[in-house]
Amino acid sequence: MKAAKPFARFAYRRHADQARATPAAYPVVIIGAGPVGLTLAIDLKLRGVDCVLLDDQDRIGGGSRAICFAKRTLEIWDRLGCAAPMLEKGVRWNIGKVFQGEDLLYQFDLLAEPGHKMPAFINLQQYYAEKFLVEHAQALGLDLRWLNRVVGIEAGGQGARLGIETPDGAYSLDASFVIACDGARSPARALLDLDFMGEAFEDQFLIADVRMTAAFPVERWFWFDPPFHSGKSCLLHKQPDDIWRIDLQLSPDADAEHERRPELVRPRIERMLGHGAFELEWISVYRFQCRRLERFVHGPVIFAGDAAHQVSPFGARGANSGVQDADNLGWKIAAALRGRAGMIESYDRERSEAADENILNSTRATDFIAPRHMAEARFRDAALALARQTAFGKRFVNSGRLSTPTAYRNSPLSTPDDAGWADGPPPGAPMPDAPLGNGYLSERLGHGFALLHRPNGNERPAISGLPLIEVTDSDEALIQRFELMPGSAYLIRPDRHIAARFRGTGRDAIVAALQRAGAV
Amino acid sequence: MTVLDTTPRFADPDAAYRAIIEAHRGLTEAESADLNAALVLILANQIGDLVILQQALALARATLGHAPRSILSADDTKLVT
Repeated sequence: MKAAKPFARFAYRRHADQARATPAAYPVVIIGAGPVGLTLAIDLKLRGVDCVLLDDQDRIGGGSRAICFAKRTLEIWDRLGCAAPMLEKGVRWNIGKVFQGEDLLYQFDLLAEPGHKMPAFINLQQYYAEKFLVEHAQALGLDLRWLNRVVGIEAGGQGARLGIETPDGAYSLDASFVIACDGARSPARALLDLDFMGEAFEDQFLIADVRMTAAFPVERWFWFDPPFHSGKSCLLHKQPDDIWRIDLQLSPDADAEHERRPELVRPRIERMLGHGAFELEWISVYRFQCRRLERFVHGPVIFAGDAAHQVSPFGARGANSGVQDADNLGWKIAAALRGRAGMIESYDRERSEAADENILNSTRATDFIAPRHMAEARFRDAALALARQTAFGKRFVNSGRLSTPTAYRNSPLSTPDDAGWADGPPPGAPMPDAPLGNGYLSERLGHGFALLHRPNGNERPAISGLPLIEVTDSDEALIQRFELMPGSAYLIRPDRHIAARFRGTGRDAIVAALQRAGAV
Repeated sequence: MTVLDTTPRFADPDAAYRAIIEAHRGLTEAESADLNAALVLILANQIGDLVILQQALALARATLGHAPRSILSADDTKLVT
């Protein structure tokens, strides 16, 4: 088995900062070069914010870990310029099937609506995603420092001083903002002695990646009580390079060290696949948790990704929500560094709402998949039985509700509607992509605010520094998706959530909404 | 505002009650519990209103302290006559 083999290694390099008598100062230091830290570092670089990215390792780990990357994540990476290799390498899938025993209960199709540049989901090993992000970061000239372990955080009113250990000894850095993207076991969280509140689930899950050339279709298959794993649940999902992800539910009292031994794992998977023609690439045993920090912002130290909140994997809400944290935070840090107040607080508000939604959904799914006691198991089995016969029964069955971006319902940055809207994304909601001209709306947006406008023959809403994206009558799908009547406009934030929308395009209202959203 | 209707709704409540009882006749305790679980999900979907469902659940929970437990065995599995 090749579980411990790193996927990629990077050279530690001594930095000039390490020889300084007084610590070098940066606007931003990011701890942790995983998908979240790398996404944020690239975003800040593209905004012209000087930042340093520290990682205590010198490698990308060999385990797949996260494998499902959602449309929103791909849209973010597309904005940052690194979605193409992900899409090229990733496996696209749309069909999910749910089985009970040997029977297909139902299937779902993610291919809901055409006219989006990005697919609903791709499956891609986390190590590939990280590799492509690192390559992009390096191409942009980002200051990436491997084998730099943060061992001290002194937070003050104006920033924080980090104590860092390296193979050449210790040094310090000062930062106006420190962003902790250092994962579920966040050392930064421990250094600040912060509580990680929530619940752990009793049942354990064996996660294995196997390599095989199989005739299975590229679909997400989920079993309740399969014949090869009686009384438990199982998930099978395709990744690139003929790698298949298998999740097997174990008993609450299973011995993790024992269960992960290949001589035990192999027969289980042989029963599942009906053959032994596979190689074990990676095995891990998890007891899932749903936890979060009460606050993601602690003075100059800001938490993002698994360091801030942790979910069970059903629904692919871990890495995807972490990348959205980074997307939410980058432009706000840039605004805060310009002196704009309230932006970091809005990160806490908005991403708390997202974390709560993700924890709620993944907790519900985990409870359905692994009922905690007899009465819960009865209801679960009743729902499965009803799913065979009724449409409503299928809707009760929960093998994971897949990650979608959160609509920020109570954002201080949103301007409430002042005119009647029956449809379209309300203020705070994520902007849906749509065809525009010969391409897509998402391609026409940059890294800042923009105004999406459908002219009605009156004067155009020209505001200095605010790109105007004009819609024509032939952009029918977009007009319908946004309920964009002539004269209407949407103010779109840098993270492509809706800041405000207008039935008329009075300049004053747009300027006021821009100010409220943090543009000035 | 949606409110759980606690007024009598059946013209013949005895017949409705009887229908529920008869559905359980001949079942083991486990089968009976399975039947109830399916029935709750079917009826909850028929109600289709989370507020009313929550009120119904609260009312049902409130009855737990008031059942005549003296006639039930310790594990609630069979009638003690």
